[in-house]
Amino acid sequence: MRAPSSELPIVFDGVTVTAGPVTILDRIALTLASGAPTVLIGPNGSGKSTLLRVAMGLLAPSRGRITWGGLENVPPLRRAIVFQRPAMLRRSAAANVRFALRAAGIPRAEHARRTGELLELVGLGHLADRAARRLSGGEQQRLALARAIARDPAALFLDEPTASLDPTATKAVEDIIRAVSERNIKVVMATHDLGEARRLAGDIVMLHRGRIVETAAAASFFEMPQTAEARTFLAGELLV
Amino acid sequence: MPNDATALQLVLSGDPALFAIVRLSLYVSLSAVVLAALIGIPLGALVALTKFPGRQGVIVLLNALMGLPPVVVGLAVYLALSRSGPLGAFGLLFTPGAMIIAQTVLVTPIIAALTRQTIEDLWIEYRDELTAMNLGPLGRVTALIWDARFSLVTALLAGFGRAAAEVGAIIIVGGNIEGFTRTMTTAIALETSKGDLPLAVGLGLVLIAIVIAVNALAWTARRAGERLAG
Repeated sequence: MRAPSSELPIVFDGVTVTAGPVTILDRIALTLASGAPTVLIGPNGSGKSTLLRVAMGLLAPSRGRITWGGLENVPPLRRAIVFQRPAMLRRSAAANVRFALRAAGIPRAEHARRTGELLELVGLGHLADRAARRLSGGEQQRLALARAIARDPAALFLDEPTASLDPTATKAVEDIIRAVSERNIKVVMATHDLGEARRLAGDIVMLHRGRIVETAAAASFFEMPQTAEARTFLAGELLV
Repeated sequence: MPNDATALQLVLSGDPALFAIVRLSLYVSLSAVVLAALIGIPLGALVALTKFPGRQGVIVLLNALMGLPPVVVGLAVYLALSRSGPLGAFGLLFTPGAMIIAQTVLVTPIIAALTRQTIEDLWIEYRDELTAMNLGPLGRVTALIWDARFSLVTALLAGFGRAAAEVGAIIIVGGNIEGFTRTMTTAIALETSKGDLPLAVGLGLVLIAIVIAVNALAWTARRAGERLAG
């Protein structure tokens, strides 16, 4: 593992994202620093995925600015993202990882060893030669994690990585997320599964209608939510 | 009525004249497909991945050119290669080279248009991943073409089908010279008009068999590849 880079902290300074007349993110002020995973929660359409895309650098703010380690316009060399439905390249599982290593500029001589390590890390060593698109949903999600980790990221963004997975597959993915976090990689994850947020989060950022309604350490958030929206959401009532 | 037994006998006897015609046909059509692929695949990928003014017009034009009338292409290439034409100095008219050029012109839009559609569809699927990997334009194009390779085989087959079945363009620029520019399709046209139906039918059978064999081979390769790569 390389040392944590200057990618962190990631600072949102009044970030607004609009699409035509619709405001998707509204004046977001947030600092993502190294440490335990930050989990974004909130109902569908609250802006979680958009916030991750902005943090990754895939989407530019309409207003406001975002900085990585104090700099703007930093190419995503040490950031990685796993999408909710990751696209599998039409190649074997191992070739998918090799592709990510090549894209990250890792020397070819290291590809075989690193590919083996990464596939073992996500529990897919025995499926290295299987066509990636023929893997199950959980296996594809783990392969996407391996591809993301191949970039040796300082920050890893996960967009609902266990949505639509069964409990066994969910546990496998969550175990990998813990292992990644222990490697000093900053994990920022969106979920609307409160159980998952309790299991993984160091910090919680709750979004509603594109705005941050509450930011807190996970323990205090779940014990003493400060806002009506958070209380409603934690009570399992519909937050509209 | 053609004598089918005679036609089959002609094929099975390995008649040298017949096989020279078959060889030339394959040489011309496969060369044209290779050249058209070298032009059409990058061109299709470029149109698929680039935004520029008039892009929609280019797409419509590429699609329309798939239906280029062979005789018109033959005439245009004839004019270009004729002694007074811009490429007359090369002395290519009534040579296999002229036939390859004509078929390349016919096949390139087919491969380019089908590549454009294939790559564009795949780009929609891969865009987020490849962008997140910070891949440059060349890396993106290479990855997309490689991952679309099984679909692109279909584009190449469509091009080969067009080239192998075509007669209008090559008869104009090749001249149907016996032992030099006579292909299966031009020979079939000639022998039919002369009334030598056994040879025409024999060549027809060989042509159909080749097209089926090439398609079967490509299909088998595609299925095997898909099993391995998904």
